[in-house]
Amino acid sequence: MADNSKSFSTGDFLPLSDADRSHLDSEKITAPSQTFLQDSWRRLRHNKAAMICLVILIILFILSFGSHFFQTHNPNATNPDLANLPPKIPGLDINGFNGTLMQSGERINAYAQAHAHAGTYYILGTDYLGRDLFSRILFGTRISLTIALVASFFDLAFGVVYGIISGWLGGWVDTLMQRIIEIILSIPNLVVMVLLIVVLKPGMSAIIIAIAITSWINMARLVRAQTLELKNQEFILAARTLGESSFKIAFKHLLPNLSSVIIINLMFTIPTAIFFEAFLSYIGIGVSAPQASLGTLISDGQKNFQFLPYQMWYPAIVLSIIMIAFNILGDGLRDAFDPKSNRK
Amino acid sequence: MENSKNILEVRNLKINFNTYAGKVQAIRDVSFDLQKGETLAIVGESGSGKSVTTRSIMGLNAPNADIAGGTIMFKDQDLLKKTRKQMDEIRGRDIAEIFQDPMTSLDPTMKIGKQIAEPLVIHKGMKREKAMAQALEMMKLVGIENAEKRINDYPHQFSGGMRQRIVIAIALVNYPEILIADEPTTALDVTIQAQILDLMKELQTKTNTSIIFITHDLGVVAGMADRVAVMYAGKIVEYGTVDEIFYNPKHPYTWGLLNSMPTMDTSGTELPSIPGTPPDLLNPPKGDAFAARNKYALKIDTEQEPPFFKVSDTHYAATWLLDPHAPKVTPPDQIIERQKHFAKLTHETIHSNRGKHIEEEEQL
Amino acid sequence: MAKYLAKRIFYIILTLFIVTTVTFFLMKFMPGTPLTNQAKLSPSQIHQIYKQYGLDKPLWQQYLSYLAGVVHGNFGTSFQFSDQPVSYLIGSRLGPSLTIGGEAMVVGVIIGIIVGSIGAVKQDTWVDTATTIISILGVSIPSFVLAVLLQYYLGLKLRLFPIADWGGFMYTVLPTLALAASPFAETARFMRTEMVDVLSSDYIELAKAKGLNKVGIIYHHALRNSLIPIVTIVGPLAVNIMTGSMVVENIFSIPGIGEQFVKSILTNDYPTIMGLAIVYCAMLCVVLLITDILYGLIDPRIRINK
Ligand SMILES: Nc1ncnc2c1ncn2[C@@H]1O[C@H](COP(=O)(O)OP(=O)(O)OP(=O)(O)O)[C@@H](O)[C@H]1O
Ligand SMILES: [Mg+2]
Repeated sequence: MADNSKSFSTGDFLPLSDADRSHLDSEKITAPSQTFLQDSWRRLRHNKAAMICLVILIILFILSFGSHFFQTHNPNATNPDLANLPPKIPGLDINGFNGTLMQSGERINAYAQAHAHAGTYYILGTDYLGRDLFSRILFGTRISLTIALVASFFDLAFGVVYGIISGWLGGWVDTLMQRIIEIILSIPNLVVMVLLIVVLKPGMSAIIIAIAITSWINMARLVRAQTLELKNQEFILAARTLGESSFKIAFKHLLPNLSSVIIINLMFTIPTAIFFEAFLSYIGIGVSAPQASLGTLISDGQKNFQFLPYQMWYPAIVLSIIMIAFNILGDGLRDAFDPKSNRK
Repeated sequence: MENSKNILEVRNLKINFNTYAGKVQAIRDVSFDLQKGETLAIVGESGSGKSVTTRSIMGLNAPNADIAGGTIMFKDQDLLKKTRKQMDEIRGRDIAEIFQDPMTSLDPTMKIGKQIAEPLVIHKGMKREKAMAQALEMMKLVGIENAEKRINDYPHQFSGGMRQRIVIAIALVNYPEILIADEPTTALDVTIQAQILDLMKELQTKTNTSIIFITHDLGVVAGMADRVAVMYAGKIVEYGTVDEIFYNPKHPYTWGLLNSMPTMDTSGTELPSIPGTPPDLLNPPKGDAFAARNKYALKIDTEQEPPFFKVSDTHYAATWLLDPHAPKVTPPDQIIERQKHFAKLTHETIHSNRGKHIEEEEQL
Repeated sequence: MAKYLAKRIFYIILTLFIVTTVTFFLMKFMPGTPLTNQAKLSPSQIHQIYKQYGLDKPLWQQYLSYLAGVVHGNFGTSFQFSDQPVSYLIGSRLGPSLTIGGEAMVVGVIIGIIVGSIGAVKQDTWVDTATTIISILGVSIPSFVLAVLLQYYLGLKLRLFPIADWGGFMYTVLPTLALAASPFAETARFMRTEMVDVLSSDYIELAKAKGLNKVGIIYHHALRNSLIPIVTIVGPLAVNIMTGSMVVENIFSIPGIGEQFVKSILTNDYPTIMGLAIVYCAMLCVVLLITDILYGLIDPRIRINK
């Protein structure tokens, strides 16, 4: 705290030249300035669990949608002679994966007993009609992920548009639109879905319509809330006074600022939609036989659970993994977009 | 500078924050004293480290804070060496704090009487009735009308100014020796601001509490503080009595702050704010951190940090401009005006009745 | 308050009216009839049965009489059990569903609150990670998988609880556990977020500045402030439980409305489907009303007088 004036060369005490100054300034600018999205992506990359889930989901997408190219069997081809075979993986001689089975206290070779050809392998076994479980699970996964895409689409197409219109227009339009949402909210989703499916006859299209009608509500509410907030911010007001069209404002200014809300909420719509498809298929009003859905596979497997537990375990595990992956990724995205929130 | 009147002595405090991006050097060697009964104002732009400094006095730094060095002596004991439990005992009894935003600093679901009584229960083990009676006294003291009735109200039933009074009541209910006020009026209307500041001054004379008053608004400081420390980028760059800082500032950063302060003369014209932004504390620049924004920067500023130069016994500034080798620079006009005023002040040696002149300043 | 209640009840009635109307007309488009073996019946017999169900009248009359019936709690006669009124069918099955549903809600929410607060208080430690993993599993594993696993391992293998049927508390344990997973996990996640938010709020900072220790801060300030918003998720949780009960009751053969709903769907028993749809909506409306009122009562900031 004392003054310690040492002596320096007088040159040091010349005023800073413009050249030196610009050097100083340039030094300052090198500090990385990242856009919001880049910043969020960086935070997401640091989240190991979320990244693992992202990778798992990408793999599942590739596997299930590319399954035509490497599925070992036709998922819907029945083969009653080879029904209920346990998993058998080439070159793996571990109980549970070598085609053997416990029967009345003895380990027997189920494949030999069914007189299967020497080169027959069902890596996850077969179901009660002799259909290859692995191929069926891949097909079921494809349905689940298709539902995920469809639900996302409707969330964006209905939910976001509804929310923006409601929030942006305000006034009586907003009030009316909110009343409608309130009423829909007090009807359990399940009831709406069941009624629709009963009317439309079970099947993929009925499920898609049912999910389309029920999935967008939350998105609409959150987008509306955010729009209300953004509406009065300076950059939007400026755009308005400059006379930009509402449409242009919505696309150029509003959407980018809504992106984090939209992405986060999307990640929570998806597992819900996947769950409902599996649920409806499980109770028997989802995708129709012989097509496989993870829900029907679990329902079928459950009947044999005591004796052939793998028939339920594998589809159940795959379904759970999909749900877990979307949930963790959703949490990760929320953290990444909203660094303030300490949510795990 | 060891002084028996000092109630708090902060020495060479260094605090870093560990973050994703790296180590944020938020406090880079800060030292100051607080004397019994005085008000020390710490001013500086946002991010200069004012709150971090006071938080470390309270022992309430964020979990990612790393105290890299220094001591904070309070009654011959280093607060930085205390355990969490010991700090719990000191907080709210010997050192209390008022926060910036009265709208959010009260528990929305607890009656305010209970909130005011809480420090009494915690530190004095007082019974409920007695504590509530004392809380009521305190409410009257801070000017809450109809206190008997309002003691059972919830925070949302009070205006911002009233809530800040309640926060002050909470802070002072144990008559602490040090009160830290971290921008206590920033969130309030101008008229309410004045009332709260008056209240604080009034209570200070009654309780003889020392106050550390944090603000980035020099305008508030004049009527409030005895001494002022100016902070920039995690360092104190100039400190002195209120007159010295206001009328004889030596650091170009202080000049900038004073220039951007509204007075009668400047009203109507654009206020010259300090151009540029504070440096990135992830890797602070070599030399004087203010150099890049400093119109008067010297070559040496980019190479070596300036030490403190003594201006008077109470006034020090860390700028190379005070070095004997430095060229003479002409400060901004407004500062020259101020220095003239200061010359007059010292000439009349009126340190003793400073208050009068402060009032003049306010009327200017 | 009275005005608020009146308004809310008006909206509930409006909702139920819309649901009744929509379901009525949806079901009218359905090709199915109460007659499963129409071919074997003579025209006069068919006419007789149509008359019994009131299907011979014009549509608008059918609608009005259905509406009038619903107001009086009469949902017509089941197609599946042709001698049973739907209201009786539902009434006799409501008990078991409310029992396990209520149990699941209470158990799930309470454990969720405890686990969520522990996670928040021990934020960023292994405890937090563990509670987070448990709650992620809870929201992700479908109730029908969990129910089967519980039934098999706790019921069949360990013989701790009966594996199916209805009759006393022990029979409710497994279905309650299966149903409670979702409300537990949702509550735990919600509670953790709320509590973490509260713990980083200014008034907790002030409580620390008062010298309150960690336990005191949590007990006196953090807990109450993070508990209050839990009330707002009870409605959505009730929906989860209703959904789950459909499969869980089925798996454990519990004579409840969820099981009946599935059966009715599979047998195209339209009157019962309609009746249950209306009952589910009514239950949700009541839960939402109660939770809103409760929220107003326990949060001093909200006064219901609008
Ligand atoms: N927990 C933390 N983690 C990382 N950096 C932090 C943390 N807390 C504070 N900082 C950094 O420390 C620096 C000083 O912050 P501080 O809050 O003390 O500023 P301040 O002077 O009080 O500003 P204001 O006037 O805005 O309150 C800032 O650059 C801030 O970003
Ligand atoms: Mg601050």
